[in-house]
Amino acid sequence: MTTKLFGTKVPRVEDQRFLRGQGRYVDDLLTDDPRLLHSAVLRSPHAHARILDIDVSDVLDVEGVLAVWTWEDLTGPMAEPLPLLIPHPTLTHGRTQYALAKDEVNYVGEAIAFVVAVDRYVAEDAVSRIRVDYEHLEPVVGIAAARAATRTVHDDVPDNVGARMEQENGDARAAIAAAPHTLTLELDVERSACTPMEGRGTVARWDPDTSRLTVWSSTQTSTGVRGCVAAKLGLDLAKVDVITPDVGGGFGVKINHPWPEELLVPLAAMTLGRPVKFTEDRREHFISSAHERAQQHHVEVGFDDDGRLLGLDVEFWHDHGAYTPYGLIVPIITSTQLLGPYKPQNYRVVFESLYTNTVIVTPYRGAGRPQGCFVMERTMDAIAAYLGKDRTEVRSTNFIQPDEFPFEHGLVFQDGRELTYDSGDYPASLVKLKELVGWDEFEDFRAEMAAQGRRVGIGLACYVEGTGVGPYEGAHVHIETSGRVKVATGLTTQGQGHQTAFAQIVADTLGVRFEDVEITTGDTRKMPYAVGTFASRAAVMSGSAIHLAALRAKEKALRIAAEALEASEDDLEIADGVVSVRGTDTSVDLGTVAVLSNPLRYAFDEASKAATQFSVGDPGKPPVAEDDEPGLEGKDFYSPERSTFASGMHAVIVETDPDTAEITILKYAVVHDCGHLINPMIVEGQIHGGVAQGVGGALYERMAYDESGQLLNASFMDFLMPYVTEVPTTIDIDHLETPSPLNPLGIKGAGEAGVIPSAAVFAAAIEDAEGFPIAAMPISPSELFALRLAHADTPAEAIAEETR
Amino acid sequence: MTSEKLHDVRLHVNGSVHEVRVPARRLLSDALRHDCGLTGTHVGCEHGVCGACTILVDGAPVRSCLMFAVSAVDAEITTVEGLTEADGSLSPVQQAFSDCHGLQCGFCTPGFLTTITAGLRDNPDPSEDEAREMIAGNLCRCTGYQNIVKSVLRASQIQGGTKGEMQGEIQEERG
Repeated sequence: MTTKLFGTKVPRVEDQRFLRGQGRYVDDLLTDDPRLLHSAVLRSPHAHARILDIDVSDVLDVEGVLAVWTWEDLTGPMAEPLPLLIPHPTLTHGRTQYALAKDEVNYVGEAIAFVVAVDRYVAEDAVSRIRVDYEHLEPVVGIAAARAATRTVHDDVPDNVGARMEQENGDARAAIAAAPHTLTLELDVERSACTPMEGRGTVARWDPDTSRLTVWSSTQTSTGVRGCVAAKLGLDLAKVDVITPDVGGGFGVKINHPWPEELLVPLAAMTLGRPVKFTEDRREHFISSAHERAQQHHVEVGFDDDGRLLGLDVEFWHDHGAYTPYGLIVPIITSTQLLGPYKPQNYRVVFESLYTNTVIVTPYRGAGRPQGCFVMERTMDAIAAYLGKDRTEVRSTNFIQPDEFPFEHGLVFQDGRELTYDSGDYPASLVKLKELVGWDEFEDFRAEMAAQGRRVGIGLACYVEGTGVGPYEGAHVHIETSGRVKVATGLTTQGQGHQTAFAQIVADTLGVRFEDVEITTGDTRKMPYAVGTFASRAAVMSGSAIHLAALRAKEKALRIAAEALEASEDDLEIADGVVSVRGTDTSVDLGTVAVLSNPLRYAFDEASKAATQFSVGDPGKPPVAEDDEPGLEGKDFYSPERSTFASGMHAVIVETDPDTAEITILKYAVVHDCGHLINPMIVEGQIHGGVAQGVGGALYERMAYDESGQLLNASFMDFLMPYVTEVPTTIDIDHLETPSPLNPLGIKGAGEAGVIPSAAVFAAAIEDAEGFPIAAMPISPSELFALRLAHADTPAEAIAEETR
Repeated sequence: MTSEKLHDVRLHVNGSVHEVRVPARRLLSDALRHDCGLTGTHVGCEHGVCGACTILVDGAPVRSCLMFAVSAVDAEITTVEGLTEADGSLSPVQQAFSDCHGLQCGFCTPGFLTTITAGLRDNPDPSEDEAREMIAGNLCRCTGYQNIVKSVLRASQIQGGTKGEMQGEIQEERG
């Protein structure tokens, strides 16, 4: 009997090629093709300027340069602005850039010209010979400048406001006015970025013999890129294939599409009749790929003596950069997901999404949730401080209870569906977390440390994460005559171990050996209907679709096997790729069933010999019945009515150095509920990685723009990402499994969880260690030091008053 | 423009000889990847900070994005492709990464593997702190590093090392 693989720590199959240096990332492709050309992009050195003239006359003199494009060379749809991928009625002033800037640039890094040459060195030489005359315009940098609106990013967007959106459930302002206690908080989060180790990349090859364009892109959505390339280049969809090979991390930034290069590379390949490659370098990634996180929040909250929320009113300002290609996903998520595991009885939220002369903003792992969690958890801590209550007690008072699911918030979520939580058990999570981190013993620890002159603090933060967002994913399962199972799903993979986790599902559902299952992702030739890998949706969406498709293949296998074995389907079982009649020795291999499923005319090998129309079937009937089709395959799609909602809680104990204000992590604990776990090893790996990114976001990473819109830290030397020396040495993890009723496997998705509560949990712990409020993240030692000085002469009562 | 002067360079990589013709400015990382076709070495930053492009030059870990191909003429170079045992099986460090889930997207992995291979040769029996020190110059955006530290200790164990408080835990997890 096959061992059940779902829920076990199966080692990853993809590791074999990665460990041997045989992974295939975009820049690894076509390296041995002597015809391959390389490209480089001239990017704006100015944050805001009008382009008066572009002189490319010296470019083609450079030996090895084949072509240069500016906006004036583009025609048809390519000369129009890039698509606004997710329009929203409240996005009244959506703006997108051109593939190559027309007339005006709005951030440092905006693409202006595209050069193709025999290698990247030569292409960069040529780029440096392009001369552009600019008329400088005053840039708008940062949320304060955007709100002040003394100048605008786009002439036709008043006050820099791209969108204003409001949602309300109940009457928050009246409830706050009537509440026994109220607090007001100002809470800020700065810009950071996904910064995967592999930047963006695109390769394209036009095949004149078949009139087909093949594009390889380091994207999170092959089908999305395919649609955009076809539309922009005026090609029939059927002529475009997009393949996503191995991807060196995404974290959100590779879901935006099409990047200018994803269109310019195919355009160049078709024009020049040779394959063309673009590989982004690290500086380009900093200045021309997307950022996220920057928001300012104003919170008013009313509550009773127990700390129960009576009304919550949140107003916030979101910096979406110079353009809005990905719509309002990030602020919509903040506005809805900040509710976390709680149930404010009256909630109003309003945000403005603002233009600035900085690079665009698209979802970064967590996508607006870290800011939302920061807002809500800081509010919870402030209420606890005000009432003098334990912070866990105030949270418990406000939790949605296990018997209240499905819980309707009366709001609309990012997918346009009702914000309704499917399942969860928040009180149980809190019990586990308190135990894991030693919450009740902390005061003894604090006293012990204080006796040694050491300052420590503890914090916790809770979150709920809308995962598994629709609209759908699909899968195709094909059992070959060898008995091997080929599975295709359209979404992409960028390190999450999909080949392993999905194969586990197929092995269990179909009853085949794990080793016999091969998964293909992100190849539009094999599954042209797909959405993409983002929002912790892959396991839920493709996992469910693969399960359903495998069930269909199994159903057919049992039907054919029943006929062959002259048994009832109900008496059959499949294990290790063999269909047998329960309790007997009678059996047939799945590979043989595949042979039987396909009447053939030609015998090209032993298996096919058995399948020719002359050796199988009833001569009185057609070889393929009217309601059947040849082959042993199953195809299905999964489309949920709404998102699943994973949840979790983190706690951290930090030590702050009394002299240097350096922040050290002493203990980190995570309780996590993503429903049923397919592969706990992979889930824990996702948590580890998320926590590390969260540590970076809370303590180190920020995009340091100066007032003229220059990014001052656009390198790994200056933008501080965590090394091993910055992350917790261990992370204590405990799982809770409240299965989702929305999908057949009861799973919820785990990709972003680790990063969501980080800013909140570190702010709480630092505040606890220092005794004054922390309202802006990230926080550096020098900022903490400055806060200490500011609060040095302020008595504790006044600080509490200030919090109010 | 006049054409760039090219240099015939003989690179000794993973026990084989590669004859390449490159300009003086060609980075060793680019020569390995694009001229020798050894794409296992990855480029993450091109300014020597991330460590993804780390290779072994005469046994020592070196950032191949900070070295020119023409400077590597007389050196013995080992890339990730050269770490695998002669019979095709994974080296102890590679095996340890597989055992301990020490990688996710795999992009930074070659740089970690070469760095640790050299590190364990110099210190075959590292403590947990020494393991952490060994990888402290390489960036990974996926794993959070805990499993990479475990991988270092596990590799040491496979090679016959005995130290490291975490080793009991590693065995337990594998069991």
